[in-house]
Amino acid sequence: MYVAVKGGERAIENAHRLLDEERRGDPEIPEVTLDQIAGQLGLAVDRVMTEGSLHDRELAALAIKQARGDLIEAIFLLRAYRTTLPRFGYAEPIETADMSIQRRISATYKDLPGGQVLGPTFDYTHRLLDFQLAADGGTHPEPAAEAEPSDAPVPRVVDILNHEGLIEEERPEPAEASVGDLTRDPLTFPAGRDLRLQNLARGDEGFLLALGYSTQRGYGRTHPFAGEIRLGDVTVEFEPEELGFPVEIGEIAVTECQMINQFQGSAEVPPQFSRGYGLTFGHCERKAMAMALVDRSLRCREFGEEAGSPAQDEEFVLSHSDNVQSTGFVEHLKLPHYVDFQSELELVRKMRAAIDTPMKSAAE
Amino acid sequence: MSDGTYNFAYLDEQTKRMIRRSILKAVAIPGYQVPFASREMPMPYGWGTGGVQVTAGIIGPDDVLKVIDQGADDTTNAISIRKFFVRTTGVKTTEQTDEASIVQTRHRIPETALSDKQILVYQVPIPEPLRFLEPRETETRKMHALSEYGLMHVKLYEDIATHGHIATTYDYPVKVNGRYVTDPSPTPKFDNPKMDRMPALQLFGAGREKRIYAIPPYTEVKSLDFDDHPFEIQTWDAACALCNARDSFLDEVIIDDRGGRMFVCSDTDFCTARQAEGHVGPMAGTLPGSASEEVADGVG
Amino acid sequence: MPVSAEAAALHPGFADPVFDAQRLFRAVLDAMSHPGRIVQLSDLPDAPLPLNRTAAAVCLTLADFDTPLWIDDQSAAAEAARRHLRFHCGCSLPEAHGEAVFAVATDPTTLPPLASFAQGSDEYPDRSATIVLQVDRLSNQAGVTLSGPGIEHKTALDAGPLPTDFWEQVRANGTLFPRGVDLVFAAADRLAALPRSIRVEV
Repeated sequence: MYVAVKGGERAIENAHRLLDEERRGDPEIPEVTLDQIAGQLGLAVDRVMTEGSLHDRELAALAIKQARGDLIEAIFLLRAYRTTLPRFGYAEPIETADMSIQRRISATYKDLPGGQVLGPTFDYTHRLLDFQLAADGGTHPEPAAEAEPSDAPVPRVVDILNHEGLIEEERPEPAEASVGDLTRDPLTFPAGRDLRLQNLARGDEGFLLALGYSTQRGYGRTHPFAGEIRLGDVTVEFEPEELGFPVEIGEIAVTECQMINQFQGSAEVPPQFSRGYGLTFGHCERKAMAMALVDRSLRCREFGEEAGSPAQDEEFVLSHSDNVQSTGFVEHLKLPHYVDFQSELELVRKMRAAIDTPMKSAAE
Repeated sequence: MSDGTYNFAYLDEQTKRMIRRSILKAVAIPGYQVPFASREMPMPYGWGTGGVQVTAGIIGPDDVLKVIDQGADDTTNAISIRKFFVRTTGVKTTEQTDEASIVQTRHRIPETALSDKQILVYQVPIPEPLRFLEPRETETRKMHALSEYGLMHVKLYEDIATHGHIATTYDYPVKVNGRYVTDPSPTPKFDNPKMDRMPALQLFGAGREKRIYAIPPYTEVKSLDFDDHPFEIQTWDAACALCNARDSFLDEVIIDDRGGRMFVCSDTDFCTARQAEGHVGPMAGTLPGSASEEVADGVG
Repeated sequence: MPVSAEAAALHPGFADPVFDAQRLFRAVLDAMSHPGRIVQLSDLPDAPLPLNRTAAAVCLTLADFDTPLWIDDQSAAAEAARRHLRFHCGCSLPEAHGEAVFAVATDPTTLPPLASFAQGSDEYPDRSATIVLQVDRLSNQAGVTLSGPGIEHKTALDAGPLPTDFWEQVRANGTLFPRGVDLVFAAADRLAALPRSIRVEV
């Protein structure tokens, strides 16, 4: 009896078993632990938490392990888990000016109140493979001299600049205008800056990096300066309905980037600097910077700038930034399409026949 | 039994209510795409998350579920989605079209006519029929608002000018109840006539694109065409090699490396039922299934 | 006020929030996709006056903190009903009916004009109100004749009491399509629906 080539339940189960085996690798070699991932692959964990929209180092580490190091797959695992979690409400906005600083740099001022704090950065490393790391047991680094994070409030560079009124003021939205939530309402266009920033915060690092880069190469140039990049812990507060006042529920590490961009001014607004903003969980500096560039580009309408470049195109950017969505749709081409293909096959045959017939008769 | 670690049908109640409200508006405005706050599901976007969310929104313990992909119950993705619902709801499943209260489908409408008691849930990749003519949502939304569908007719007409006929074979646009131009999902145009005045409720879910739309029972669904180029469905010269059907959608199966091929029903339940009734196609029982069995059960 | 004391004075919600909501939703879906069809309901939880059990159950099924709900009776006598909805649905209860996603008319004869409820826009016709009308009379025996999506040929629907010009308003609502409101008739242990897509002949 003929059986068409269709996967069976057994094929799926076999595939899952193979996947498990491949993930585990050589059983002679100790299994990687979540602590090791969270502790030693911390930047991967940070990226997965940021784009997975869920702050939980242990779950992110588990997702990375389960995904065999495929970070987009890990982000997807975290997002799917997030769907099942009950929602208690919204935290109060975090106050990044009160951050306990691990790293804080500005490219616009040589020295500034609070100082430049280099922190843990690849920036001035020489990218030479460190073969000592390959040796068994690894290295035991000397404790860094200024490892203690600073708890004194460190003013934000943009606020310092603002004393002269040279940078656009970021006014809070009027109280009655509620902040949107793209995890609870479908995105509609045109989107406000609240929804754009939410979208970019979840957006794929590589996609935003390429878009940000494109603005630097002239596709919608915004003359950016890295006003400030800061990394450190901030307090998260939540106000339970029955309590009526906010309580501290924990601390999270975030990276914040404030880009300062030139703006020529308009009939209403004198020439001043404008801003682009980036924020991520953990230490995702590249992402935060790219996000700030793209945020500023997407504000082109607001500043009456000519918009024709990809990074200025809100629908294009926001519709394609999410890597869980894009990986799903690209990879779904693996699913069977033979009904559609059959339909096209018939059509191409019919069209070919229509071409071939007159050619034959002409030859005869 | 369902797996108690997850909510019934995976989604929390608030999400279900949101989906249910969207479905009711979709039914009230036939063919209009209702935006909904689609959630990340435990299968990838593109694998049917929209259909899965719609089914999760409507399904109850008394439902009997059938899931098909390409017309077949035993394609990998159909199996995977069916297992997901068995695990999260414990409902009874079936391969028999007439036994199901909910049929979730990708790319086909069953050959067996559906009844007033059934709901057909489509998985939709791109719900916007105008998307490939105009990529911007802001623009296509305006076109729907104004019933401005000239662009679509121009596209179909250009086909006729170039090829002498409309060169769209699947995802063939329809007009629902004389108002909204609507995407039937990538079903072959062979299935379009089944949508017209179908007694079953048709629900469409697009997860990645965050849209739900519906066609109520007995609603007029017209495939777009021109008076001088009326809509036509595909036909085959062959009959199904297994059940001898001449009125079903046939998949082409390559049987050797010398260009040999045969045609079989894409709707496996329809084909199996016909064979059980004694219909015999020219190749039924003649082909060893070994090669294909190996692929189905093997490590690939 | 301690929540428990308030809760003790409340009528209960669904005995099984997951399965009762699913069952009720399917009843509403059945009604909405077969306009005029009278769908029988059973095992509905009690509701405080002036709400009837059917209307209350529809609210429990569909309303929550994302959907402002308007109830016509703003009097002190209806406070228990409002508390019931606020507690079980978590919805806000605006005084202005134009803001409502759901509206409950416990006395439809005093219903504000249908055209004064949210109609949606041509771009987003789904952003429109669903109005639940509590009625004593609901049958397919006489009344107006309905046709359109969901109805094979034609169906008769009689409901009441309703405002005298009600069916004229429903006809006008239909001419706005795709904008307009959708209606649910809630009688004792049964309901019917009338979406905007339906033609009405008086």
